[in-house]
Amino acid sequence: MAEPQRARPKPTPETQHFWDGTKAGELRLQRCDACAHVYFPPRPFCPSCASRKVSIFKASGKGFLYSYVINHRPAAPGFTPPYAIAVVELAEGPRMMSNIIDCPQTPEALELDMKLEVAYQKLDDAITLPVFRPAKG
Amino acid sequence: MRRNQVAVVGAAETAELGVIPTMSQLQLHADAALNAIADAGLKLSDIDGFATAVETPQQVCHYLGIKPTWVDGTSVGGCSFMLHVRHAAAAIEAGLCKTVLITHAESGKSMIGKQPRFTAPDSLNGQFEAPFGVYGPPSMFPIPVLRFMKTYGITHEQLATVAVVQREWATKNPRAMMKEPITVADVLNSRMIAYPFRLLQCCLVTDGGGALILTSADRARDFPRKPVYIMGTGESVETPMVSQMETFNSSRAFKVAGPLAFKEAGIAHGDVDHLMIYDAFAHLPLFGLGDLGFMPYEETGRFIADGNTRPGGKLPLNTNGGGLSYMHSGMYGMYALQESVRQMRGIAPAQVPNARISVCHGVGGMFAASGTIVFTNER
Repeated sequence: MAEPQRARPKPTPETQHFWDGTKAGELRLQRCDACAHVYFPPRPFCPSCASRKVSIFKASGKGFLYSYVINHRPAAPGFTPPYAIAVVELAEGPRMMSNIIDCPQTPEALELDMKLEVAYQKLDDAITLPVFRPAKG
Repeated sequence: MRRNQVAVVGAAETAELGVIPTMSQLQLHADAALNAIADAGLKLSDIDGFATAVETPQQVCHYLGIKPTWVDGTSVGGCSFMLHVRHAAAAIEAGLCKTVLITHAESGKSMIGKQPRFTAPDSLNGQFEAPFGVYGPPSMFPIPVLRFMKTYGITHEQLATVAVVQREWATKNPRAMMKEPITVADVLNSRMIAYPFRLLQCCLVTDGGGALILTSADRARDFPRKPVYIMGTGESVETPMVSQMETFNSSRAFKVAGPLAFKEAGIAHGDVDHLMIYDAFAHLPLFGLGDLGFMPYEETGRFIADGNTRPGGKLPLNTNGGGLSYMHSGMYGMYALQESVRQMRGIAPAQVPNARISVCHGVGGMFAASGTIVFTNER
């Protein structure tokens, strides 16, 4: 029997640009042309003012560690516990769930508010996940 | 909604709670329903309104043989039953039905006749949370807690006392699943589940069910049990994705539902004799105390650690032992409601003396939804 696989996202028409972005090494967010609200997850209208005039842009990829758990059990398929499930607050405002790489998965190493930068983890030819690592400098 | 126009006249849990390998989930619904109907001294044919969650109303109504003129299948997680109470009270007041049965049951442990929960890979949760290793509530629900602790200076020891105090209540309850007293050290030395939470800070996984029967307050006087009036109600939803909550320093759904219920009831916090805050995990009572306005968030951890919510304390909280020690079949809201009703009837195993007002606050999903009911035994 094959190894259980990590949950794999399946893009929809509304989210395809995000997954195309990570594949191309870009973290793409959306900004409302009417009220300038920046939001996530993707959708073709502004959840703040309902305008359908929104633009996709490349985010800085910078953020900080907002909160996390270190999951011990049960572990998700494709993960070796203990591993951190983090929520990152992006410099542009929105938050997203992710994982923290290049960092011990311990409470001592994972300090709230530590600066992070995006990295990309290729799952297969179609899907690349945005993950984060401690920012350099 | 006008206060005290509708009352709970029947309330019961399944005969057994805990591990029930002899019944499917659907039969657990029926067991709870039949017990509640007997408690109210009614016949099945008296029920003309029906609400349930997860299972569909048609499934349970057909199984029980009920012919409703009003149904509600609101299914927003473990607080769905608080929302059902609110909706049922409105429906009875509007004349859509006279006698509403609300059922919950879950074969959470034995998994008999229970559909597995599934996150579709093209849902937002499936795309933007599941790939990062969330796997069941223990990996998701505690995600906000480290931020909450840092913002308000809450300690690990304070969060451990939530479990200790609730176990103290459970020792008084013969039907509680876990009745052995525990210490803060026991909690902090129990198996790590999802840092910062350990086994004793996570809810139980059990089988069981419960049911409520509501009717108009005017009719309630003719029933065998002491009526428990619906004094105030509130509800809201926020997001199915815990990562997308507005803030981890509070729950928006709590902050909408709780104050709505207090306002409708026309009560102040000092009027509350008994409090239930759905405790799937140890941080929820802290969020609840803050979001419902009982005290500043900074004081919530110390308030519990200092013993204010324990037996004999000034604000008795989760007096059945809660989801941490009483039972938790997956959607605990029904059991919180049952305990509020028992307290208002004056028949709880750990009865709060002379309690007149009980607030019952529920959560659905991972802070996704909320419902609050204020009960009173005085009209």
